[in-house]
Amino acid sequence: MRRIRVIPVLTLQNEKLVKTIRFKNPTYIGDPINAVKIFNEKEVDEIVILDITATEEKREPNYKKIEEIAGEAFMPFAYGGGITSLSQIEKLFKLGIEKVVVNSVLANNLSLITDASNIFGAQSIVASVDVKRNLFGKFNAYHTGGSNKIDFPLIDFVKKIEQSGAGELFINSIDNDGTYKGYDIELIKIVASVTHLPIVACGGASSVDNFLEAVKNGASAVAAGSLFVYTGSTKGILINYPKQEDLKQKFYSKI
Amino acid sequence: MLTIINYNAGNIKSIQNMLKRIGVKSTISSSVNEIESAEKLILPGVGHYDYGMKNLKECGLIECLNKKVLVEKTPLLGICLGAQLLGNRSDEGIESGLGWIDMDVIRFDKSNMNADLKVPHMSWNEISIQKTSRLMEGLNNESRFYFVHSFHMKCKNQSDILTTTQYGYEFVSSVEHENIFGVQFHPEKSHRFGMQLLENFIKI
Repeated sequence: MRRIRVIPVLTLQNEKLVKTIRFKNPTYIGDPINAVKIFNEKEVDEIVILDITATEEKREPNYKKIEEIAGEAFMPFAYGGGITSLSQIEKLFKLGIEKVVVNSVLANNLSLITDASNIFGAQSIVASVDVKRNLFGKFNAYHTGGSNKIDFPLIDFVKKIEQSGAGELFINSIDNDGTYKGYDIELIKIVASVTHLPIVACGGASSVDNFLEAVKNGASAVAAGSLFVYTGSTKGILINYPKQEDLKQKFYSKI
Repeated sequence: MLTIINYNAGNIKSIQNMLKRIGVKSTISSSVNEIESAEKLILPGVGHYDYGMKNLKECGLIECLNKKVLVEKTPLLGICLGAQLLGNRSDEGIESGLGWIDMDVIRFDKSNMNADLKVPHMSWNEISIQKTSRLMEGLNNESRFYFVHSFHMKCKNQSDILTTTQYGYEFVSSVEHENIFGVQFHPEKSHRFGMQLLENFIKI
């Protein structure tokens, strides 16, 4: 049986855990350490933690908090937010994380990805691409919390990232973030058609069925935010994760 | 004391975090003196094969490790690249390995796999236990571990194979030869399964 990684994504504003809708209106969820402890108990495959305002607020990664989280994460832990240099990346790995997630530097300093990939291995460098459709449904990539548009076509951007040496593509649909509409399947298909990199699909998941759809259309792993921090569309806060039996029955066995 | 060998190639902090969780004191060291007095050794490792071997040489650890492991029979657990280095050589580079276990490290053979399977194998996966071992106590064929690797071990002697795993085809996911153990996966990032394996290693 082939397993596919199912990855909770926690978004932070510095030390606070928040959840957005379409990258806007951050709602306070709680304490990240507490959430990670619960995800440990639920034996999640991996966690991604993104400080979504670090770059905008010109903050460095909050090393103290990240170290504290890493001390509680007994699954692979990827961190993103506020990363601008090789020395920061080195420092992050020494704290006990497995992967760094980069977003803003994809737009202005791709050589950092190349250097980091050569030193730490491509498998530890995740390129996070935020994508929004324009009025005509055409995809554009964005960076820095969805606030800055990349002014050339998405597929060219993806190819450049692949050439730079990143090991994984984290594709986040801004339009579907927090909406429970399911993944943007067309987006996954387009990206998968132009890259050999593994794609982690994110944005819009509301069920295990959505995971299957994403993987059938080219994703190598699936990620979600709201789905794992809320009880459902009524939005009671509840850190949760599918049971192994459900994943086996509804997901792995159908791939 | 359990010593985690620090040769600048691997995420040693995660291993120490997990050991701390299961109540085991460990030191991280690249000093020959400290390694010589260790009761157990963990050889971690992430990165390129040649980089790993060169670093071990530059840290001046090869001779001391050979003595500890081959003469004194101190239990050693290699993790990921640390497991691969136990063998003779790797498709990844040109450096010779430690040569303690008669095996080569080969690249995943994509011609032998479904086209939709990506390399590196980056995923949780199950193990199939091939022989009775104290390292596998309390674990079974449904135990799952986290893997990240593009190369895998290939043993010359069937008896050295501890577990195999399926990814495209069946490959060797851990080895055991006398006091020498190597796991391709990351027990330090594999929840209770990894905790169990590390606890087992401590008891050996």
